[in-house]
Amino acid sequence: MLGLNKKDLKLLLIVAVLAILAPFILNPFPEDSAMAQFNAGYPDLMQRFVIFGIFAIGFNILFGLTGYLSFGHAAFLGVGSYAAIWMMKLLTMNVIPAIMLSVLFAGLFSLIVGWISLRRSGIYFAILTLAFAQMSYSLAYSVLTPITGGETGLQPKVTDPRILDGTLPQGETARANIFGLEMNSSYDLIVGGWLFTFNVGYYIAAIAMLASFYVAIRIFRSPFGTMLRAVKSNQTRMYYTGLNAKPYTLAAFVISGMYAGLAGGLLVAMDTQAGAERMFWTASGEVVLMTILGGAGTLIGPVLGAGLIKYMENILSKINKDILHQWFAFLPDGLEDFIITIVYPFIGKGWHLTLGLIFMGVVIFLPGGLVEGGQRIARLFRGKKAKESDSDKSTQSTPAE
Amino acid sequence: MEAIILQILNGLDKGSAYALIALGLTLIFGTLGVVNFAHGALFMIGAFCAVTLSRILTASRTVIDETKTDFLGNPLKVDVPHVYDWFGEAAGATIIDWAVPLSILFAIPVMMLIGLIMERGLIKHFYSRPHADQILVTFGLAIVLQEIIKYFYGANPIPTPAPDAFRGSFDFGAALGFDPNVIIYPYWRLVYFAFAAVIIGAVFAFLQFTTFGMVVRAGMADRETVGLLGIDIDKRFTLMFGLAAAVAGLAGVMYAPINSPNYHMGMDFLVLSFVVVVVGGMGSLPGAVAAGFLLGILESFASMGAVLEVLPGINQIIIYLVAIIILLTRPRGLMGRKGVMEE
Repeated sequence: MLGLNKKDLKLLLIVAVLAILAPFILNPFPEDSAMAQFNAGYPDLMQRFVIFGIFAIGFNILFGLTGYLSFGHAAFLGVGSYAAIWMMKLLTMNVIPAIMLSVLFAGLFSLIVGWISLRRSGIYFAILTLAFAQMSYSLAYSVLTPITGGETGLQPKVTDPRILDGTLPQGETARANIFGLEMNSSYDLIVGGWLFTFNVGYYIAAIAMLASFYVAIRIFRSPFGTMLRAVKSNQTRMYYTGLNAKPYTLAAFVISGMYAGLAGGLLVAMDTQAGAERMFWTASGEVVLMTILGGAGTLIGPVLGAGLIKYMENILSKINKDILHQWFAFLPDGLEDFIITIVYPFIGKGWHLTLGLIFMGVVIFLPGGLVEGGQRIARLFRGKKAKESDSDKSTQSTPAE
Repeated sequence: MEAIILQILNGLDKGSAYALIALGLTLIFGTLGVVNFAHGALFMIGAFCAVTLSRILTASRTVIDETKTDFLGNPLKVDVPHVYDWFGEAAGATIIDWAVPLSILFAIPVMMLIGLIMERGLIKHFYSRPHADQILVTFGLAIVLQEIIKYFYGANPIPTPAPDAFRGSFDFGAALGFDPNVIIYPYWRLVYFAFAAVIIGAVFAFLQFTTFGMVVRAGMADRETVGLLGIDIDKRFTLMFGLAAAVAGLAGVMYAPINSPNYHMGMDFLVLSFVVVVVGGMGSLPGAVAAGFLLGILESFASMGAVLEVLPGINQIIIYLVAIIILLTRPRGLMGRKGVMEE
């Protein structure tokens, strides 16, 4: 079905079910319980999960398949955001044209950047993309202020022309919508102590994520995807067989740039603002972290990595000393203080430290990311028989080097 | 003319910092073949060595001074640094005043040690892995180091003044025969430039004129042959990593009075230093130094009013623009050697 084999279809269905049921799954604790702060099922965070999931899926098409490490992908996200916000200012607050234009502009921009940067590879490619991203950031911050709003960024204003919507009545603010349905409207379902929020914006973003995930699967399984893997494993050999790698890598670069633009457009659709800080190189570094953490070159890895980092950023960072004291209150006083002193640097404002340590651990011990970790654990639990058949398979498929 | 001289001078101190960091990066890359994204963090730790030493020196005990009273007539509490007790008040005050230059002595062993631990503990295991993995693991390490510093020293910049003797500005214009007060330049920046020149000279002399340096250069050219001759080249390369860390640290120590140290200053410099290394040519030490000063001076020229009128915003992007042009026209950078990092 849908041109997928059974295994991929299962994966897609699992992701779809998880995305649809996310408001339930991410809110496992009742509202008034002490654990409620671990609930991630509020619209703002759920939107971030899927939007950065899209960003990471796109980055993975470039880095995971071709091995080209770009340190400037946030620039495309930024360009997408600016394109979307201008569409909202000039044409309509409907998000569909905004998102379409953001994908288009990010694609064009990544075509230019990719065409130049892909003339080099390895560390030089990383530096070139970084240089382009930093240039875009600096320009957006200073000279291009008429277009980008500089430090303040851009927001829709009442006075904007908005050709299709017409001018707003006095006192009303412009809200992003999809054919009249507002993005930030949501339906609250209260069951006992639990509060589940179903948000329009989240589901729009989730549909976009599922679509991009599906496209990513198709790319991974296509001859084009195989070509990209060939670029990663041995480019010289590819040349000898008479193939030029450049068009393939450029296509991968532009596709991943368009994914970044889609993510940028969706971000604007959710919060209707765009600013230069989204293009800063730390933002590019973040998507690298997400992809590696989850597992570069795997299908589901980048989504997991994006979810993990955004969860840490929003939930782990909120835990303060008082909450820790509540948790460890059952311990004797001296021991309680001792444990809190040890744990405290790693949470709350120090969550970046935890992130850095986890990331280093993954790069050192688990080059395949969380996905590889999961596979290793699964292999431990599988029976001996499965192991034997695995080893049979591996002996059969030894490549003739 | 005055304006041009002023811009060259302005470019020198930033250029010195770029050159020192890029020198360390190139040393590490040239010897060990590792792309070290944590090098900016070493620069930052160096700056915090200065902060730490000045905190240690000003560690005080509180005494009640009977001769002074506050407005209620109670005796006033006065902080007396321990240094005063040991060296007497006048000498103690001088020591505290000179905390930043003194930190050089403190920073060298500390930075060497950090460098050696980094190399033996982590980087060693990444020699055979792809460059992308090296970039990623050192990027992670940079985050960790930065967060550790943030935990102990907070997120705000910590002012670390230069000694009183260097606090003023030097009137360059008067010395060169122009009108006075046109070209004025802070003394400390002159000191920084001189210091950078000395360090760079020392590193080059060390590599050029000592037996150790000769072996290291031989190892950079052909590691295998040097190993076959029975020389433990790995040990020497490890020491070079320590040396590179110390160079970055010293650059940071002396930069502390120019720019109050904060935990992310390393990352800000790292990005530019990488650009500098690439422009200079991967693996070329003179290239790194030349490109550091060149880009520093270009950056300050680009922020001249006359230039900005013609090309607004050029000061923000000039370094990246130059890097892109050089990478595309001279793939090996300004002075890159053949065969280094060419994929």
